[in-house]
Amino acid sequence: MLEIVIPIALALVAAAIAMSFWRLLRGPSVPDRVLALDTLYVNTIALLVLFGIHLGSALFFEAALLIALMGFIGTVALSKYLLRGDIIE
Amino acid sequence: MLDYFLSFLILTGAIFTFIGSLGLVRLKDFYTRLHGPTKATTLGVGSLLIASVIFFSTRGTGVSLHELLITLFLFITAPVSAHMLAKAALHLNLDSLAKMPVEKAPEEKVKKVKKEVEEKTDEIQTDEKAAHVSSEEPAKESTPQNSNEKLADS
Repeated sequence: MLEIVIPIALALVAAAIAMSFWRLLRGPSVPDRVLALDTLYVNTIALLVLFGIHLGSALFFEAALLIALMGFIGTVALSKYLLRGDIIE
Repeated sequence: MLDYFLSFLILTGAIFTFIGSLGLVRLKDFYTRLHGPTKATTLGVGSLLIASVIFFSTRGTGVSLHELLITLFLFITAPVSAHMLAKAALHLNLDSLAKMPVEKAPEEKVKKVKKEVEEKTDEIQTDEKAAHVSSEEPAKESTPQNSNEKLADS
């Protein structure tokens, strides 16, 4: 059962990544692009977790945790820059 | 049985991740787009991580809980980043499908400013009468402008 479901789920998440990448390239305003980057890192976490289940290895969770940390910091820094014109005042 | 449950969780997670990005692409303005990916963060990644906890806990190597750390972190940080993005979008005055609320000045302040403006115009008029200046017209033109500016500032 899992052997059938995991490739389907991987394909769905890959499609999700492709769509948020389209928004990153297309987005009419800058906050749209930042939101697309935010979605992109969340989707990457989903992809890494799925891949970890697929391979049966727990090595990928540290990478997922790091991506979550860095992605959050990146989003906050970018929106702070949009808000104030500066990151550290 | 466990296999079916795991498959259900994984499919749910993947479908919600997909729907989140679909919302990001299809919705019309930034404020509605902001709402789409939150589904991907909470339900999508949440159920995928629960599936991973169950999968690695039933493989005989002991309970594996460090996936919950990612879930917790995502659940804490998603509202914060959404709030920051909304604030940035409001600051940049992005177009919205809904009407933006109009800020009204409190009535007391409006009355106070009107009173001040009237006093000022009275002062100017009395000054002109005292000085007998012939250039009456430009002064008359400038007083209503001043009052408008004051109201706009308030």
